[in-house]
Amino acid sequence: MTLAGMTKSLSPAKLLRSHGSLIAIAAVAYVLLVWAPGSMSAFRLGNLGKYCALALAAMGIGLAWGRGGMLVMGQGVFFGLGGYAMAMHMKLEAAGPGKVPDFMSLYGDGTMPFWWEPFRSGLFTVIAVITLPIVVSFVLGYAILKRRVKGAYLAILTQALAVAFATLLIATIKQTGGFNGLNTFTTFFGHKLYDPEVKKNVYLIAAGLVILFLVILWQLYRSRYGELLVATRDAEERIRFLGYDPANIKLVSFVVAAIMASIGGAMFVPIAGIIGPTNVDAAASILLIAGVALGGRASLLGPALGAIAVGYGRSTLSERFPTQWTYFQGALFIVVVLLLPGGVASVWSTVKSVSGKWKSLMGSKAIAAVVDGDVDVNLDHDQPNVEALA
Amino acid sequence: MSSSPAQNNLEIRDLTVDFDGFKAVNGVDLTVQQGRLHFLIGPNGAGKTTLVDALTGLVHGSGEAVFRGNDLLTMKSHKIVRLGIGRTFQTASVFEKLSVLQNLDIAAGVHRKASRLILARRKVPESVEHALETIGLTALARRPAGILAHGQKQWLEVGMLLVQDARVMFLDETVAGMSAGEREETGELLKRIVGDRTIVIIEHDMEFMRRYADFVTVMHSGTVLAEGTVAEIQADTKVQEVYLGTVREVAAHG
Repeated sequence: MTLAGMTKSLSPAKLLRSHGSLIAIAAVAYVLLVWAPGSMSAFRLGNLGKYCALALAAMGIGLAWGRGGMLVMGQGVFFGLGGYAMAMHMKLEAAGPGKVPDFMSLYGDGTMPFWWEPFRSGLFTVIAVITLPIVVSFVLGYAILKRRVKGAYLAILTQALAVAFATLLIATIKQTGGFNGLNTFTTFFGHKLYDPEVKKNVYLIAAGLVILFLVILWQLYRSRYGELLVATRDAEERIRFLGYDPANIKLVSFVVAAIMASIGGAMFVPIAGIIGPTNVDAAASILLIAGVALGGRASLLGPALGAIAVGYGRSTLSERFPTQWTYFQGALFIVVVLLLPGGVASVWSTVKSVSGKWKSLMGSKAIAAVVDGDVDVNLDHDQPNVEALA
Repeated sequence: MSSSPAQNNLEIRDLTVDFDGFKAVNGVDLTVQQGRLHFLIGPNGAGKTTLVDALTGLVHGSGEAVFRGNDLLTMKSHKIVRLGIGRTFQTASVFEKLSVLQNLDIAAGVHRKASRLILARRKVPESVEHALETIGLTALARRPAGILAHGQKQWLEVGMLLVQDARVMFLDETVAGMSAGEREETGELLKRIVGDRTIVIIEHDMEFMRRYADFVTVMHSGTVLAEGTVAEIQADTKVQEVYLGTVREVAAHG
């Protein structure tokens, strides 16, 4: 490569355009993996870890909803699958070899259901955290998407699943701990959880997974599959006449979103120290959606940052206004949906588009405005799609 | 240009589309031969678009439509496309937010392995580049399809059928709303690409038909009224009786 060629390819503007997303991911990685562990208290770091776990699920929603057009309102189910799998393992670790979890003697006769047994193995648990959501979401997704269920119907259906899942958990107190969920863990894969160093490492795993999945999503969004997914979202019938089955295209992102929610749930458990029906029910699922909508559902970083912001806002506000914080959250959601359907990530393109319209109203630069502002090929700044919220 | 085994002909026998008792297409027999610009004309409501809808899996039809040994009427839309049959719609339906290049690349993806979808596009595929040249949109390849003029969008649709390598193309009123210059360019484009393909064009513009049709099928009330070359159709008394009056009218306006 010639010197001129090198300087050309390294010009900051060009670098930003071609690698902007990677630079942004690197910035997030620096904050989460270097800055936060170095300067935050253990308590705050633990909170951030929880938000990272929620962010993993939120990023999956960004993929399924923002890019795939599927408003999945029951991601708590998959969050719960991973969370409960991990919690079962940690509960058995706490009980010790051959023993049964404490709550089973408390509420039942002290016998353990056979399907708890394999979760004694850490390896089995890790595999289950990934394969359980794959199997469940594939079967569900296949049934839903092949029947061409979409829009509000898909939202209601997935939400109903979250309600059913939480109800099932509450009803099976002897097997799953019921309303109390699973808690009082002592170790995480053999490491004592009260050790600050272990806590920090668990946080780093959660934050590292967020970064890893950001990179995976970045590749997915720039891939041919990413283009195809957006095309399917915008014109599903047209895609059919290009020889693709839209159900298959959407199914892939539905399954990937489920895996991410499950891994998020699995990381939530050692950090929060508990998982229960309230972490996986319809309200919890909607809370995830709120973060995604706030950040910008179709953008790469929006869902993750939105989920972290909502989590942070939730704990700050609930410290100051213990009873009213939910109103703030509801108000925020309404404001975003009404005024900024593309989320915070779309502020810039919205401003540009409004100023572009203003310019064209002024007449002189009408064409320039259309070319520069109104018509935006950048997929990160998706056009408002209020319909999908219906 | 009749190919000897006629294996790429589309044989339609007794095709009927029944909408709750109303037969939009009623017992149509039609052979669509390879290598021709085949025009499908008829007044509004004659069943032209419904016929194409039935052949591309959009509505259910009874009867038989055999292409390369497969009965299209029993197949799903995306499988029909994979068999080599493509179509456009009356309103141009390109992906407006995607670039011209992305539009073509997605259409070309039918012939790509699913596992390769995970990779980003590194260079412009040859078939896409070729199609861009053919439809004359090379200079606009990186622009969003939404900014294209009406005619250019229709050409992009034709380009998408080209990269799909559709052996049979159904074009639904492609030149409607085009300027005279755009119509001529479209006609020349179709003549260039037809080769051993089959192009079926639903059209209202009689001038355009007279100029470019190799073969014409006239439909009326869901049935085939007449078939033949432009000259034969114009000489047909049945067509003159029920339809040519309208043709003259349209021609006079067009």
